[in-house]
Amino acid sequence: MPVIQYREALNQALREEMSRDPNIFIMGEEVGAYDGAFKVTQGLMKEFGKERVVDSPISELGFVGLGIGASMVGLRPVIEVMTWNFAILAMDQIVNNAAKVRYMSGGQLHCPIVFRGPTGAGTQLSSQHSQMLEAQYAYFPGLKVVTPGTPRDAKGLLKAALREQDPVVFMESELLYSVKGEVETGELVIPIGQAEVKRPGEHVTVVCWHRMIYPALEAATKLAQEGIEVEVVDMRTVRPLDLPTVLASVRKTNRCVVVEEAWPIASVGSSIVDAVQREAFDDLDAPVIRLNAKDVPMPYNKKLEGMYAPTADDVAAAVKKVLYIG
Amino acid sequence: MAVSIAMPLLSPTMTEGTIARWNKKEGDAVKSGDALAEVETDKATLDVEAYDEGTLLKIVVPAGGKVAVGAPIAIVGKPGEDFAALLTAAPTAPAPAPAPAPAAPAPAPAAARGQTVQTPAAASPATRQVPPQPVKPLTAPTRMIQAAAPARPATNGFSEPAARVRSSPLARRMARDSGLELRGISGSGPGGRVVKRDVEELLARGGPAAPGVAPAMGDELIPLSNMRRVIAQRLVEAKRNVPHFYLTVEIDMERAMALRTELKEGGSGITVNDLIVRACALALVRVPQANRSFTEDGMLQHHASDVGVAVALEDGLITPVVRSAEQKTVSQISAEVKTLAERARNRKLLPEEYTGGSMAVSNLGMYGVDEFIAVINPPQSCILAVGAVAERPAAVAGKLEVRKRMSATLSCDHRAIDGATGAKLLAEIKALLEKPLALGF
Repeated sequence: MPVIQYREALNQALREEMSRDPNIFIMGEEVGAYDGAFKVTQGLMKEFGKERVVDSPISELGFVGLGIGASMVGLRPVIEVMTWNFAILAMDQIVNNAAKVRYMSGGQLHCPIVFRGPTGAGTQLSSQHSQMLEAQYAYFPGLKVVTPGTPRDAKGLLKAALREQDPVVFMESELLYSVKGEVETGELVIPIGQAEVKRPGEHVTVVCWHRMIYPALEAATKLAQEGIEVEVVDMRTVRPLDLPTVLASVRKTNRCVVVEEAWPIASVGSSIVDAVQREAFDDLDAPVIRLNAKDVPMPYNKKLEGMYAPTADDVAAAVKKVLYIG
Repeated sequence: MAVSIAMPLLSPTMTEGTIARWNKKEGDAVKSGDALAEVETDKATLDVEAYDEGTLLKIVVPAGGKVAVGAPIAIVGKPGEDFAALLTAAPTAPAPAPAPAPAAPAPAPAAARGQTVQTPAAASPATRQVPPQPVKPLTAPTRMIQAAAPARPATNGFSEPAARVRSSPLARRMARDSGLELRGISGSGPGGRVVKRDVEELLARGGPAAPGVAPAMGDELIPLSNMRRVIAQRLVEAKRNVPHFYLTVEIDMERAMALRTELKEGGSGITVNDLIVRACALALVRVPQANRSFTEDGMLQHHASDVGVAVALEDGLITPVVRSAEQKTVSQISAEVKTLAERARNRKLLPEEYTGGSMAVSNLGMYGVDEFIAVINPPQSCILAVGAVAERPAAVAGKLEVRKRMSATLSCDHRAIDGATGAKLLAEIKALLEKPLALGF
């Protein structure tokens, strides 16, 4: 199976779906002539023309709104936001229009649109560029929020998103674009809302998504040398949440650590912990631990940036804590 | 407004109390400070004092009745006042099958000294039903519950943990599924929480020994007294959680016994045990590294030699503590031990008289026991087990002599005391007893 980068996997998904469905078009800042700020749309303008790969001015509220309108009249827009931090400017369009149009029109209108771009930590881009914003969108009924962590999931989930009848918030990561992994060529559709056990284990369940699967897997590898088998569950989608997979794992291991790059208050992780304690109370042998980013804006300083989000050591320590060892 | 008087918390390990006697009857006037009743706890019989004034409208728990800490025992108010709401709102039945205090934390030294200890619970004073810790005066004033506020079981975070077993939801489910009783089990999780591995271990051993075992024909199942339950619990915790190691020496008591005989002839009632307590107190001063208690927060260095003396009671055991024994003469120690032992036998000891401390002395010499090993009484970090003083052959300056000798075994908490430290302490005790004039009288 070919090993490709996360950005190439996304590019494959876009190319394959655009070839399959002529209603799909891409719009965003620098997506066309420049081949994309992060090269996800590389070569697509050349291949599909300026009408299907549209460079927009720097005006998130405008082009996001335009995309939503286009989706309501039969097209399937892919709106690239250069980062989700900038999409806050278009928040009203996404959460008040895209998310609610089907509900408020009594089902007469729908909005098949994919908003995509990177979220989370960057490389010393400081606090306005380094925010993990999945909870902000997962909060609103009407939106699906996808957070792939591997190239394979990126391709399979983006293809699924492009076939959805409702708006999808597709959250990538600057730090993941160059990550490589095996990805099937051609048709690969991974249903939205299905978690995946990335590593089976029997002692502790570590629930994670997006970039946090890497410290989780690294910790699991280290802990295995000490005889601790960690089950790593990658949510892949944070709305809807695949709670049955999480609960099945917790019922097997009896202990749970939730790792997220986002801040602690009102986070997706808090919803997972809530469900675990409520649905699997009698299966818990220890309180659930949640690891989060430090509850401050992301610092610019490189050392401090490195201390901001949970690391493999943090995950390992939390695992030992729920096992009451170490 | 009528108020409900709750069963007070009179000792750190108390989960329920028995009304020994009512000093007032229904209809009697009650003044603040009046001793309303006497309550038997697991350790002592103490007075319940009134806080407010009024008339004793109702005795909820008659003499001989047993209720959980925090449960109402009486109603005080104005004559003719309707107090039905207080009765219906409050649970009056004895707590079902009182659980022992599984994780009864070793009282902090401050508490042992009767100082106020801050309660971590955030319960408002209006809803708190029991004092947070044993406080002075020991006849802890009973909190009143206003009739307007519905009485509820104590949930202020202090009395509740003492009344329930800390266990994980999974451990509880496993115990339920396999018909196990978690009461009396001390867990390996934080704060003694029973977790999965503890239940698995228990199941592997075939379940708990006693509960659920029907007595064979002719045998009799004697219900556990509160004291016996607490002793069982604390000893299991001590043996399970405190890593013991043991050091044994034989002490030549020839001179100590001669001195004692001389003192006795002079009318003094000093016992061998008094000499040993004094020797321990001075040895702790000479080896301060041994005068420490291990706590999760750090090593607690004691600056006084508080030496406990194990006293056997008819139905149990208690260890009153001689405070600052290094500053007391043997005669003072002797008098104090006599008083404490007497109070212990009458079950009148106050919690601050039997909690905390540096080390303890357990003496079974009077029963002719040659030597034995004692279990540490946390938070103390060592205990000296002494056997009988007996004439034994001993090599003295190359010759065999018959000498009065005594075996002493020091059990040490290895978390606080290392082998060499324990050995130094024991060596000092031996040296002091072998040259007893150094003990000072």
